[in-house]
Amino acid sequence: MLQATQTAAALESEGSGFAQELLTFTLGAEEYAIDILKVQEIRGYDAVTSIANAPAFIKGVINLRGTIVPIVDLRIKFAVGVVEYTPFTVVIILNIGGRVVGMVVDAVSDVIALQPEQIRPAPDFASSVDTAYIMGLGALGERMLIVVDIERLMLSSEMALVDEVAQ
Amino acid sequence: MAIDMSQFYQVFFEEAAEHLASMEALLLAIDPAAPDEEEVNALFRAAHSIKGSSGTFGFQDMMEVTHILETMLDRVRKGEAPLTDDMVDASLVAGDVLKNLLAAHRGEDEADREAAEAICHRLQALCNALDAPAAVSSIPAPEPIALGVPVCVTGFDLYFSLLGASPEERLGNLIEELGSFGVVETLATPTADNPECHLRITTEVGADVLRGIIDFVADGETVRIEPFGQQDADGHEAYGFFHDMIQPADEAYGFFDPQPEPDGSSGGAPAVFSVDGGEAYGFFTDLPAQSDAPAEPEPYGLFTDPEPAAAPAETAYGFFDPLPQAAPAVVAAAPEPAAVVEAPAPVAAPTKKPPAVRAAGSGDSGSIRVSVEKVDQMINLVGELVITQAMLTQAASNVDPVIFERLINGLAQLERNTRDLQESVMSIRMMPISVVFSRFPRVVRDLSQKLGKQVELKTIGETTEMDKSLVERITDPLTHLVRNSLDHGLETPEKRRAAGKPETGTITLSAYHQSGNIVIEVGDDGAGLNRARILSKAKERGMAVSDAMSDQDVWQLIMEPGFSTAEQVTEVSGRGVGMDVVKKNISAMGGRIELDSMPGVGTRITVRLPLTLAILDGMSVGVGPETYIIPLGYVMESMQPERGMMKSVSGVERLIQVRGEYLPVICLHDVFRIQGAITDWSKGIMVVLEADGQSAALFIDQLVGQHQVVIKSLEANYRRVPGVAGATIMGDGRVALILDVPMLVGMARRVLPAAA
Repeated sequence: MLQATQTAAALESEGSGFAQELLTFTLGAEEYAIDILKVQEIRGYDAVTSIANAPAFIKGVINLRGTIVPIVDLRIKFAVGVVEYTPFTVVIILNIGGRVVGMVVDAVSDVIALQPEQIRPAPDFASSVDTAYIMGLGALGERMLIVVDIERLMLSSEMALVDEVAQ
Repeated sequence: MAIDMSQFYQVFFEEAAEHLASMEALLLAIDPAAPDEEEVNALFRAAHSIKGSSGTFGFQDMMEVTHILETMLDRVRKGEAPLTDDMVDASLVAGDVLKNLLAAHRGEDEADREAAEAICHRLQALCNALDAPAAVSSIPAPEPIALGVPVCVTGFDLYFSLLGASPEERLGNLIEELGSFGVVETLATPTADNPECHLRITTEVGADVLRGIIDFVADGETVRIEPFGQQDADGHEAYGFFHDMIQPADEAYGFFDPQPEPDGSSGGAPAVFSVDGGEAYGFFTDLPAQSDAPAEPEPYGLFTDPEPAAAPAETAYGFFDPLPQAAPAVVAAAPEPAAVVEAPAPVAAPTKKPPAVRAAGSGDSGSIRVSVEKVDQMINLVGELVITQAMLTQAASNVDPVIFERLINGLAQLERNTRDLQESVMSIRMMPISVVFSRFPRVVRDLSQKLGKQVELKTIGETTEMDKSLVERITDPLTHLVRNSLDHGLETPEKRRAAGKPETGTITLSAYHQSGNIVIEVGDDGAGLNRARILSKAKERGMAVSDAMSDQDVWQLIMEPGFSTAEQVTEVSGRGVGMDVVKKNISAMGGRIELDSMPGVGTRITVRLPLTLAILDGMSVGVGPETYIIPLGYVMESMQPERGMMKSVSGVERLIQVRGEYLPVICLHDVFRIQGAITDWSKGIMVVLEADGQSAALFIDQLVGQHQVVIKSLEANYRRVPGVAGATIMGDGRVALILDVPMLVGMARRVLPAAA
């Protein structure tokens, strides 16, 4: 508790702008970061019920305390890392505009605070992820964090998570 | 001590809505020719309750309308005036206006002030028309001045004692309130030894309106309202009822002027009676000579006791007070000059009924008001409980039943209790369909009047229960169907007579349960659908139709968007919007709509709906590693296919012969691309499904069991999946998808012709 207060105080004294708290996770060797306010909880990977004719990265749906939640495997979607499901596979449950979605990642690292000036715009480059969903690249010492606009990504037609009309 | 009234608004809204609904039901049921006393009393009580509570909560507009309505009903209730069709109509309209005002206060609608004023005038006019007979017996009534002839009186003296603490503040509020009706003078404020206040108001509203306002702050016992007239008027003019009489005193019987023979021939008097026909006028048949004597030295000779007439002008109104019960009264102000008449009270007094016992407030329904969210939350929790219980049962199935006998017995008990609990919780949401049906007598009544058709509405199976959310959502589509039947289905009385049918058409609304569905039928004995016209219209619109289509398919065409065969667009329907919306709404509820029609005999529209949106009887089936739920209502039978039953078309086995019928086969593992499923016909199971009158066989690996499942939305967090109607949570906590059988069957039918 004391430590948390100190960190918060340190954060405030650090810079002028609003520090954004981000949850970082790894997919293969890459480090990604998403807005922590979109994260509802983190849990282990359970057996999913697969959905017919869904894209490969949609693993299926799970029962999250009575709510049916679709699970997306970001490793498949981003084509990084080794796709295997072990007791240590982690699912980040996101709450995006009232919709609950789970995403499978390799590992969750930590929560960091980045000042706006620490986030650089991403250059245009070809990748399996549309750069439109990348808010920027965060520099944290030697580490490069790919800051993803997770809300935009999850609600995009590319993810096929929502009905066309619902958008 | 200021109480925040707004916290009670919700209660008021609900109560008022209930009272309005019961009022409407009563009005529709009532027979004006022979009104049931109890019904009239109930009507009055409903109006009275609305008035009381709207006044309390400060919804002035509602109070004004109900007040006049109440005044009118009060007279009917006391037997002072006969109930007429016109009154019933006006009351119905008033009910609509009140609903609108109520909705406006809820912030759901725009208040229609014009309609409110119009109905006030209409009701007031009805009241005024009643005044003649009404005043007769209102003399012995406890409120002698509440005659409701507002325009006749220029003002009132108000005497009352204030209730409760801080009388100054209350008086101030009251004066302010009264100020909205006219000019208020304060003549006496309460003092320590005389608590009575005396206000004088110059206004056009009736005494009873003022009384209604004062009653909120004053001790009802002490309220006296006495009109004050033009003080300088002579004694005759002081009878404000005769406000249109400007003749000098000895011509005061000017209301008999139209009589051609002023010499009192008895022939003149009946002419007067025929104008209004009130029983009170019978008086004159006995006294023709008196009534016509223009030069009678005592102008009020009609009175059995002429004393009061001699009262000084300024207290002239007071003369009613000292009168004994049998005192005569003055009756006037009817629109026709000839109808201005005087009549004694005794004529009508015996017909006066004792005041009804007021049962308002003492609800006998024994129900409580609970918000829907609470019920829904409870249903969700019970759903969770059922799942947990199933999980426990499954976990216990692995233990030794001998050692853990008590545990297993306890679990069995738990299962029973959970099931009972679930059933009772689900039944909370169930409502009888009469809630929906009860609005149709009004719809039919209004519409048949407008269209000049004679219609009888029959309802069958009103007690059939369905989920509340369905009740709410079925109302609009059903209303549309009934309106359609009335407008397009039923013919005019002339046409019906020409066709040899009774002039009065019948619309039948019925509801019943059928295999896990609720079926609602709207039938009429009208002309039926015109096949040729629908087909030609469809061709005109460039739809793909052929003359060889089955009737069923042709009828379905009328539910296409923008399709109308009405020869002319009426106010009621015929614009071609509607049936498609009805169909869409009903499909959104998981229901189906079917039409049957026979020319000259009638049309029947059948709506099939699931019993509830939340729970489903399902059969769980396994395909490969997955479990699916098939809604039990669609399952006809299941069997293990034998080699010979499978028939191939163009080299592919696609049909199965079941008792002489060839059914298309749907392989679930193909449709859903499931790996590891059984592909050998003889090792799997065929489930014969029927949906929308079409059958198909679904090929699966195995039957797992039969359960009641709680339907969970897949779309809440995901999107619609073709072939899947929803999801549920199984006993082991896993998710199982519920199959959309009509879609799967339709899929088989659609794919089949292309492949064949």
